[in-house]
Amino acid sequence: MQINYVKILALFGLLMLPVCAPAEIKYIDLTNPFLRKIPLAVPEFRAMTPTESESPLATSIADQISQMLDFTGYFKILDRGSFLYDAQKSGITQAELNFANWTTVGSELLITGGVQLQSGKLTVEMRLFDTFKSSLLLGKRYSAGVEDQRVMVRRFCSEVVQLLTGRPGIFDSRFAFVSTGTGNKEIYMCDFDGTNVRQVTRKRSITSFPDWSSDGRHLAFTSFANGPSQVFVHDISSGIEHSAVFKGAQIAPAWAPNRFELAATLSLKGDQEIYLLTGGGKMIKKVTNSPGIDVEATWSPDGKKLAFVSKRAGTPQIFVQDLSSGSVRRLTFQGQYNTQPNWSPKGDKIAYSAMEAGQLNIYVIDIEGNNPIRLTYNQGDNEAPSWAPDGSMIAFSSTREGRSSIYVMTAFGTDQRRLLTLPGEQIHPKWSPNIAP
Amino acid sequence: MRKQVWLAMLMVVILPFMLFTVSCAKKAVETAPETTPAPTTSAPGAADEEARRARMLEEERLRAEAAAAAARDAFVNENIPFEFDSSAIVPQAQQILNAKAAYMRANPNLAVTIEGHCDERGTDAYNMALGERRAESAKTFLMNLGISAGRLDTISYGEEKPLDPGQNEAAWAKNRRAQFVIE
Repeated sequence: MQINYVKILALFGLLMLPVCAPAEIKYIDLTNPFLRKIPLAVPEFRAMTPTESESPLATSIADQISQMLDFTGYFKILDRGSFLYDAQKSGITQAELNFANWTTVGSELLITGGVQLQSGKLTVEMRLFDTFKSSLLLGKRYSAGVEDQRVMVRRFCSEVVQLLTGRPGIFDSRFAFVSTGTGNKEIYMCDFDGTNVRQVTRKRSITSFPDWSSDGRHLAFTSFANGPSQVFVHDISSGIEHSAVFKGAQIAPAWAPNRFELAATLSLKGDQEIYLLTGGGKMIKKVTNSPGIDVEATWSPDGKKLAFVSKRAGTPQIFVQDLSSGSVRRLTFQGQYNTQPNWSPKGDKIAYSAMEAGQLNIYVIDIEGNNPIRLTYNQGDNEAPSWAPDGSMIAFSSTREGRSSIYVMTAFGTDQRRLLTLPGEQIHPKWSPNIAP
Repeated sequence: MRKQVWLAMLMVVILPFMLFTVSCAKKAVETAPETTPAPTTSAPGAADEEARRARMLEEERLRAEAAAAAARDAFVNENIPFEFDSSAIVPQAQQILNAKAAYMRANPNLAVTIEGHCDERGTDAYNMALGERRAESAKTFLMNLGISAGRLDTISYGEEKPLDPGQNEAAWAKNRRAQFVIE
């Protein structure tokens, strides 16, 4: 699969560079919590050499582009019913388009495309326009086997989002999560948009707390498969696994950024402390040193600090420890039960869940411990937040529709929606980094 | 002559006797079923006493067995309760742990795994740690009562194995527990 991906990338060709790369104009400001959704039109693509197999592709690829870009929450995808456009008769290039037709229906951005299928080889050219300026922002042509159309769609969407926000987006990311669909808690994986679900573990035990290594090649998790709860490290491409052997429970492993090392809670003498381990499960050193529960480590993106949950102040609260100096400060002071910290990829915020009146809700607090902001309200239990690799969104689990499932929202709490529908309960989503092909 | 008289006399004596014994034997065979109850009515005291003693012994054995089973059941089934978000041993838990220590002293070959459990409220990882502390609290209490650490293993299941799936205080209270499993 990975080799395949590399091969396709080699086939990617640049149709044309952005005509006037608008570096100074930021279409989408991700720091704005009151982001206005930009109206975007994605008409059906044009079948360049209309055949029975090519024409349906023209529609389905345009649909995939719409759905993927819609997932970001940055766009208002316009209904095709209002368009004054016939993809098969009108052109798809800047010279052929009548931009007044697009501003009339309210679109500010427009994506046109052409699809050609010849003996199993698919060529797709796609263009992004600013309709008010009548200008071409981005144009790309991709060629690959027809089975790799989703890779092309993903690549184009990444380019679009990179151009509009200055960041690469999340289209090359995935989720790991826990599902009880088989009757046991097992680890699963899916693409960033909830598609392509596959089961990773088959341990028929209690397997939970997945976490991605920062190169996306390994998952760490815990399982009771061998008796007590142990940390497992799983190589995703080979499926090879090994477990850490220590006395007592092993809880909630967290990969260090850019190192083959993880932090995990061990209780060698009946008292839980956070330890630093090699990716092979060998002891490096003890990190925390405080009687009582210390659990759920999450790394700062520079790998220099850990945030974690500790009961040292009487109730579960989030603390931050500097690894080199060992100095510790308390981050959360509001409420009696703050757990599940997850450090944002920019490093400026920590998302966590807080329990109040028996209900769990997602909060985000800045790294100085100021301004806890609540993101979920009155919709069952909402827990286990995990940041998207670009910091634009947060995934979490919620019981708002009954059984727990995985949801996503923007980093500001808007656009909350369900990621996928599976049998059983889904918990502990972990958003992967963008995984380099 | 004398010999004949002697024989005749013998016949007179023997024949009726033979007849009598034949009829007697016949009679005995016929009455055999009726005569069997006779011994019990004839010797009631000793046998009755013996049966009563056997019954008592049997009852005593059953009682002892039931008591042992009950003690074992109580040991296995009586869980150590905890307050929410706490691994402290409450007074009620102390009584139960004292009984457990007594049982373990009475059964010196017994080794146990103490499982720590939580109610469903709160979050998974924290509850996994909390469950472990509950099991460790119970273990430490028993060690202070003289039970050797080698007989006391611990494991935490956090909130993974509730006894009662209900979502109310009664169910949660039942689920917050240290549970003894005989190895």
